[in-house]
Amino acid sequence: MKQFISFVKKEFYHIGRDRRTLFILLVMPIVQIIIFGFALTNEVKNSSIAVLDQANDVGTRSIIAELDASNYFTVQKNLNSYKEVESEFKKGKIKMVIVFPQNFATDIKHFNKAQIQFITDASDPNLANTMNSYASNIIMDYQNRINQDLKLPYRIKTEYRMLYNAQLKGAYSFVPGVMSMVLMLICTMMTAITIVKEKELGTMEVMLVSPVQPLKIVIAKAVPYLLLSTINITTILLLSVFVLDVPINGSIILLVSEAILFTLTSLALGLLISTVTDSQQTAMFISLTGMFLPTVMLSGFMFPIENMPLPLQIISNIVPAKWFYFIVKSVMIKGVGLASVWRETLILVAMTGFFLLLSIKKFKIRLA
Amino acid sequence: MSESVIITNELTKRFSNFTAVDAISFEVKKGEIFGFLGANGAGKTTAMRMLCGLSIPTSGRASVAGFDVYKQTEDIKRSIGYMSQKFSLYEDLTVKENMQFYGGIYGMSNKAIKQKTDYVLNTLHLENEAKKLVRSLPLGWKQKLAFSVAIFHEPSIVFLDEPTGGVDPVTRREFWNLIYEAAENGITIFVTTHYMDEAEYCNRVSIMVDGKIEALDSPTRLKQIFEAESMGEVFLKLARKAVRSE
Repeated sequence: MKQFISFVKKEFYHIGRDRRTLFILLVMPIVQIIIFGFALTNEVKNSSIAVLDQANDVGTRSIIAELDASNYFTVQKNLNSYKEVESEFKKGKIKMVIVFPQNFATDIKHFNKAQIQFITDASDPNLANTMNSYASNIIMDYQNRINQDLKLPYRIKTEYRMLYNAQLKGAYSFVPGVMSMVLMLICTMMTAITIVKEKELGTMEVMLVSPVQPLKIVIAKAVPYLLLSTINITTILLLSVFVLDVPINGSIILLVSEAILFTLTSLALGLLISTVTDSQQTAMFISLTGMFLPTVMLSGFMFPIENMPLPLQIISNIVPAKWFYFIVKSVMIKGVGLASVWRETLILVAMTGFFLLLSIKKFKIRLA
Repeated sequence: MSESVIITNELTKRFSNFTAVDAISFEVKKGEIFGFLGANGAGKTTAMRMLCGLSIPTSGRASVAGFDVYKQTEDIKRSIGYMSQKFSLYEDLTVKENMQFYGGIYGMSNKAIKQKTDYVLNTLHLENEAKKLVRSLPLGWKQKLAFSVAIFHEPSIVFLDEPTGGVDPVTRREFWNLIYEAAENGITIFVTTHYMDEAEYCNRVSIMVDGKIEALDSPTRLKQIFEAESMGEVFLKLARKAVRSE
């Protein structure tokens, strides 16, 4: 036990002395949450639009007012002719132009039918789609309101409810994503690097000649990173609850235990990487391309797995982050209990065990 | 002289079809400074790894500090110290922290660690550097400190793997004074080196060629046998016979 404590103490010295790395490790999650929360969002907020209102009557003016009043759009400009439309788009600020024909109000009254045209800048197709549907919804609301007193003979009304995330907030999906990314990065990469560093320096050899069992060396290395990860999990959760208004609907204890489980998986992976490499650069390279990229690409956090080609869908199953992402989303957003995520939890446990066994075996082979 | 602390008999290590160490037999006495020489690839490192309990021999017998290299590797590890050419100190820890760490992993009590730390700082005149990072020390000091750390837990044997690489002759001489002092205190020194002047400092020297020990005696006797002026000449005469290289 004394040996073990000396070892853990030493690891804390290493981390404490390297202020820059420590700073990055503690601040990275905060920066990522802020970047994802406020910059990298695919929600439409206060998009600049222009209006070409050829009618300028009661109907068009109230629609324009409603568009402007919504959080989604800000009416920046009133255009006077079709010619101006394209030049506005080319300037780049205006993302959408709404065109009302002449006699809009009269058309509604006399022919029960009027037209509105949306012209969108589709150089960003997702944004264009979202704006179209938001604008349609606003106009639909308006139409329902003026039809309130009328009884139409036939009418099919669709009503939809968005469960778990009624406002379609991006934060709901990236908080779990950032969590898996940060834990994967810190635990896998840092463990791999810190062990390989000792190999490079030659101190590992001295450790192996000493009476300390290899397993103790490895566990002692993992302890400080486990602690750092716990701090990071806490920061991420605090930021998402208090800054991004993402609720924790499930049990916090379950959520934190799952996060610690995933930390262990990542540590085991880092360990495995360290047994197959001898240089810090290789270790970093493997961690980044082999672990970090799949975590971002194949966990379902950036791109939905359902839309991927079958081979990629199959590959995504071996990415631990995929399972963790699912668990966090379910527990945090849907508020389910262990009963609903035990399968995924078991997969993570199995992966951790497998990585650990494999790396201990490799570690021993290197000693013989 | 007194009893033998390292005894090997036909010790062999084979890697698939390559015999790295080929039936070596020798004994090292307590308090002796034993030079273990050989060209690169001669099998020195493999032999040393077996004696340190890091590698299990293919055949033959060997005991280190009275413990068997097959079965009692844990006991061996407790009784030996080790210093490699890469020194083995943590550059981002202070002088004191390094000693506390090594004392800790060898299970020394806090009191013993403290006493020994004071002793080492005193003998190396490093009292003022105790709280400085090892990184900031000159190379020669680091090496002397690394040696003191390797014998910090008072092992009965210390293995030195090319300990003086890259330092000037004056520092090397000072380093050897530490080695003599340790030997006088009864610690057996097992040292590999490429410097032939260092070979002259040893009580006895063995020279390995192609996995076998080709010569083993005191430097003076070896020079007589091979009719050579210096150990360097002895070494060259033997090493030229080598078939394999790195």
